[in-house]
Amino acid sequence: MDFASFASQFVQQLVNGVSLGSIYALIALGYTMVYGIIRLINFAHGDIYMLGAYVGFYATTMGKLPFLPALIIAMVVAAIVGVVIERLAYRPLRNHPKIAVLITAIGVSLLLEYGGMLLVSPQPRTFPPVFGNEIYNVAGIIVNLQQIIILVISVALMIILTYVVNRTKVGKAMRAVSFDTDAAKLMGIDVDRIISYTFAIGSGLAAAAGVLVGIYYNSIDPLMGIMPGLKAFVAAVLGGIGIIPGAMLGGVLLGVVESMVSGFISSTFRDAAAFGILIIILLFKPSGLLGKNVREKV
Amino acid sequence: MKLRQWKKIASLVIASVMATAVLAGCGSQQGGTDTIRLGANLEMTGGNATFGGSAANGAKLAIKEVNSKGGVLGKQLSLVIADNRSEASEAANAMQKLATQDKVSAIIAPIASSSVMAGAQVNQDNKILAISPTASNPKVTVDPATGKVRDFIFRAAFIDPFQGSVMANFATKSLNAKTAALYIDNSSDYAKGLGQFFKETFVKNGGVIVSEEGYLQKDTDFKATLTKIKSKNPDVIFAPGYYQEVGMIIKQSRELGIMVPFLGGDGWDSAKLPEIAGAQALNNSFFSNHYSPDDNSAAVKNFVDAYKKEYGQTPDAFAALSYDATMMIVEAMKRANSADPVKIKDELAKTKDYAAVSGQITLNATHDAVKSAVIVEMKDGKQTFREKVNP
Repeated sequence: MDFASFASQFVQQLVNGVSLGSIYALIALGYTMVYGIIRLINFAHGDIYMLGAYVGFYATTMGKLPFLPALIIAMVVAAIVGVVIERLAYRPLRNHPKIAVLITAIGVSLLLEYGGMLLVSPQPRTFPPVFGNEIYNVAGIIVNLQQIIILVISVALMIILTYVVNRTKVGKAMRAVSFDTDAAKLMGIDVDRIISYTFAIGSGLAAAAGVLVGIYYNSIDPLMGIMPGLKAFVAAVLGGIGIIPGAMLGGVLLGVVESMVSGFISSTFRDAAAFGILIIILLFKPSGLLGKNVREKV
Repeated sequence: MKLRQWKKIASLVIASVMATAVLAGCGSQQGGTDTIRLGANLEMTGGNATFGGSAANGAKLAIKEVNSKGGVLGKQLSLVIADNRSEASEAANAMQKLATQDKVSAIIAPIASSSVMAGAQVNQDNKILAISPTASNPKVTVDPATGKVRDFIFRAAFIDPFQGSVMANFATKSLNAKTAALYIDNSSDYAKGLGQFFKETFVKNGGVIVSEEGYLQKDTDFKATLTKIKSKNPDVIFAPGYYQEVGMIIKQSRELGIMVPFLGGDGWDSAKLPEIAGAQALNNSFFSNHYSPDDNSAAVKNFVDAYKKEYGQTPDAFAALSYDATMMIVEAMKRANSADPVKIKDELAKTKDYAAVSGQITLNATHDAVKSAVIVEMKDGKQTFREKVNP
């Protein structure tokens, strides 16, 4: 392969990787926020993403809504479902061993997947065309309108999230709860309410990712959340679980690695590479790329 | 004392329940005296649900027609459908249920090759024949471990070597392709088989395979691999997978500016394909199939009319082949003059020049249907008949 064609393929794979990675990042944010607050790997998170895609689908097909209102409705519905799940399934187990909550999370995940199959049938659905399919060719590198929209919306949501976490009262409370739950409680912070907010925000972001994916790939089904959910979990661990910028970095990085591996090594090796990263990170830098090594408080 | 009494009652109850079960079992083995039961182990839900749904409709139509003409051997037919959820492991369970609980006389086997293979041992052990409408991998009827023909497994379809070589010949002769890329569903025996035989014939015709890539079912992002394929500049891309992923592959290829023809097999045959890929993107793509509703032979016309009247839609190949498979069982039953599974099997193996909807079917020594294939071209989201290829 000569250098020019290598370079153009490399840049094209970078574009492919970033658009895939921004989806992983949106899902990973929810994982990481929930983990940061209550130290729970919420395995039902990938299914909230699926739920968001379906709400978006019904809003655009049956509700005939344009893209933005449909996206917002999907985010709101998913946020409510996220809060309800936390209230019913996780809160009663707050003071139980961590493993009990983890197993409940897996149960909720299966409930959403197969309950979804029952409700909407396992047949894949296709989104109606929401955006035009303009394709831009910049010096041989092909970018389409949907990729740009995915990137813009993901970045916008991440900026809003960063603002909420760093600049608002709720965000301050979240950081306090994450830092030390008991001390936060003593300071008069309503911990349960803050946890609900966290689930609402995380679920809303996952739903946004679901709608974007539904439009981009044009096919949704009740089991669509399993693989992206696992990949996003890898992304969250890669960046440092519990750290918000880490989830963004991890997501984009994972997307790029996957694209490069399928582009330059072999497409069948792609998933192995993604999960290989998880193992390597856990072995050599368990706190993630942006994580600091902190001793667990006993 | 009390405990012992309780135990006595319990054992009595259990014994009587078991006795009833045994009696009931005997009863159902005879079958209701006036009906013969056929089973169908199909993909009613899951990723290949549109295939299974069509196949079930085809089988039901065949049974309805047979019953309206007085049934077989003076008895009416009934159909027991078991859902295999498009999964190989479930297919084996469903086969077990049909063979041991429902005690059917013969079974319509799953659509997917992997699923038929998963259940094949159940058929062999219980001596109940299964005929798959469309499973086209050679290993379905011939056990790869022993090289022996599985005597209870049949198919109403031609096999992958034929389908793969038909598409390879079409690529070299009709499309003048010199180079081809393979993009294969690695989780499917069917797709791997087609890929292998396409490659053999294409290379024999003097073509070059410039790239061989794979994906897995449920993948959604194919752009990285497609970018790689694009850099190799193939004349055609052979993508013998199922419609859900193939739809996304073709959509994403066109978005990346890959405009060369896509070729595939009968796994593309679904109304969902143009929905997922988009009608525009699908132009300039071709697949081999068992039958085309546009074919103007009398058998096809009669079948298409009857199916439209019953279900209000045009039958796809899955419906046609499942109809054929059911009719082949019925014919074998008539020739055997018996509903005994083993006798039906012996007669089915002798099927010769049976005028089916999907062409003249003869079953060869390895239980494969020898018959013609059609090549379908996608034009603005519609399947159009391109040409017929004889074996």
